[in-house]
Amino acid sequence: MTAARGDVAPQPAARALATRHRLRAWEPIPWLLAIAFYFAFPRHLGFGTELLIAILFALSLDLVLGYAGIVTLGHAAFFGTGAYTVGMLAKHGIWNEPITGLLLAAGLAAAVGVASGLVLLRTQGLTLLMLTLCTMALLEEAANLGHAYTGGFDGLDSLPIAPLFGVFEFNPLYPTTQYIYALAVLFLSFAFVRTLVYSPFGQSLAGIRENVLRMPAVGAPVRTRLVACYGLSAAIAGVAGGIWAQANAYVNLGTLGLDRAATVVIILVLGGHGRLYGAFAGAVAYMVLSHFLSKIYPTAWQLGLGFLLVFIALFARNGILGIAGASRRGGGSAGSPPGRS
Amino acid sequence: VILGVDVASMLLGGVAAGMVLFIVSVGLSVTMGLMGFVNLAHGGFAMLGGYAVAQFMKQGGLGFAPALVLGFAATAAVSVLFERLLYRRLYRASELDQVLFTIGLVFIMIASVTVTLGPENQPLTLPPALRGQIDLGFTQYRAYSVVLIAVGVVIAAGLWLGIERTRMGAQIRAAVDNRRMAESLGINIDRLFTVTFALGSGMAALGGGLGAEFLGLDPQYPLKYLVYFLIVVAVGGLGRVTGVFYAALLIGVLDFVLKKYLPQGGTLFIYALTILLLLWRPQGLFGARGT
Repeated sequence: MTAARGDVAPQPAARALATRHRLRAWEPIPWLLAIAFYFAFPRHLGFGTELLIAILFALSLDLVLGYAGIVTLGHAAFFGTGAYTVGMLAKHGIWNEPITGLLLAAGLAAAVGVASGLVLLRTQGLTLLMLTLCTMALLEEAANLGHAYTGGFDGLDSLPIAPLFGVFEFNPLYPTTQYIYALAVLFLSFAFVRTLVYSPFGQSLAGIRENVLRMPAVGAPVRTRLVACYGLSAAIAGVAGGIWAQANAYVNLGTLGLDRAATVVIILVLGGHGRLYGAFAGAVAYMVLSHFLSKIYPTAWQLGLGFLLVFIALFARNGILGIAGASRRGGGSAGSPPGRS
Repeated sequence: VILGVDVASMLLGGVAAGMVLFIVSVGLSVTMGLMGFVNLAHGGFAMLGGYAVAQFMKQGGLGFAPALVLGFAATAAVSVLFERLLYRRLYRASELDQVLFTIGLVFIMIASVTVTLGPENQPLTLPPALRGQIDLGFTQYRAYSVVLIAVGVVIAAGLWLGIERTRMGAQIRAAVDNRRMAESLGINIDRLFTVTFALGSGMAALGGGLGAEFLGLDPQYPLKYLVYFLIVVAVGGLGRVTGVFYAALLIGVLDFVLKKYLPQGGTLFIYALTILLLLWRPQGLFGARGT
């Protein structure tokens, strides 16, 4: 062990590879900020909970889009599956315990993810994009149709969610429980995703993203890896949807819509995809801006968002974290990520 | 009349809707086929065109037909500007960048239209000659739908001739099949693409104006019908004019019939069918088996 470390130490590239999974000094900062938010803005915890959910959802997308390189416009399918799992079980009086409810949401979303992944991930490019879009539209239509169970267009409201651990109530007016609960779930999910992306499994995903043809040659089963990744990501997205439904005591068709699916892609790319903390940076930037602007100037917000997207696509392909990284390194522009062919 | 169902009027209504789908989507199919560019903003050009037509009629006092022609020209001109200044920078970029860029463009279009003309639906009054019924010998039908079908057939025939019989059409077919080879043979793909992009956006504008009567015309138009346009293109096959024509008719008729008999589950059926079809033939019903 020590001998091996001694061998790689003189080579900077090898050392970077051997140490990159270690915790950085700055990594506790986002979590400390999240805890500080709880004490500093007790009146905005509802917004804070939305923000944490957005981070979790974007993190799930990062696994698929940033690491495995699957471009999807249908990720809300899993968010919605999780939300409707929690919502329907609670509304029909079958199950309303929150933590097990989340596990059920994760399980069902993962099942949908694996089932759709098995068929969708045979294709690529535009066809894949279309299929993700169609799958989500299909689920949305199904939720719209089954209004006896799903509430149809109006959704299900006043969901009777049981208190957390039988003690802490989910109070929609003072969402202290929701905030801490969402933060705890986000932390656990993040720890899982962080471990995953630095594992050999995560490495093989990056390999597939960079060169699909070469991966089978080194013995990596591409399809199985992609489907597994899609399923895991779907599970996390399902958890995000489940918390959303529990925190708001509400589910509607919007959880399955193109709007939500496009927004999460925007959030992730804004922050920087394929880099773990991109979901954090993007969600904070997007949610804060939209929180303050979209209600006062909805049109100006949309216009600004449009220009921002065009700008990111043309000049800043690695998002906020990419710009920050480039300026820290003192290198010229923030464009041209290494993976661009 | 079979089993109490008026087959003729079903078909006429569906085919008329299919023609609009075809006119809007054909440009998207060709530009996607040529450059592999994922242009989610195509519906935006249809909306801009529709708005232009409505404005030319309302403010300019023009008739329906001249307004359509002007709408076509104006949208084509604007699209050239977009293509030269922005789109061309992203031809070799990743799919994700193209998706982001075009979604951003859609947002910009929606917001600018909302700012200038408000979020309401734009009424587009048809000339009186097109409003009544028409006697087709075997059935009475809405004159406008019949005119739409006629216009659609003329446009489809014109495009088919253009693609099959002209030099530029041959270049487009060559470039869709194999861009590198076509480039090696000295075909100027850049210019070819600019021209097809302009034509395609102009056609979308035409479709936006012609279809405003039943698709409506409001700022959310590009997102509302995006999935439909993409389905038509994916089912028809990228870069296949005839494929898009048949796919549009198929989806138009299916949608029309299903909306009538299954007002609830009709769209569900179309999505499911599209998924199955793309799994069976990822290149679309009429596309060539790609590389």
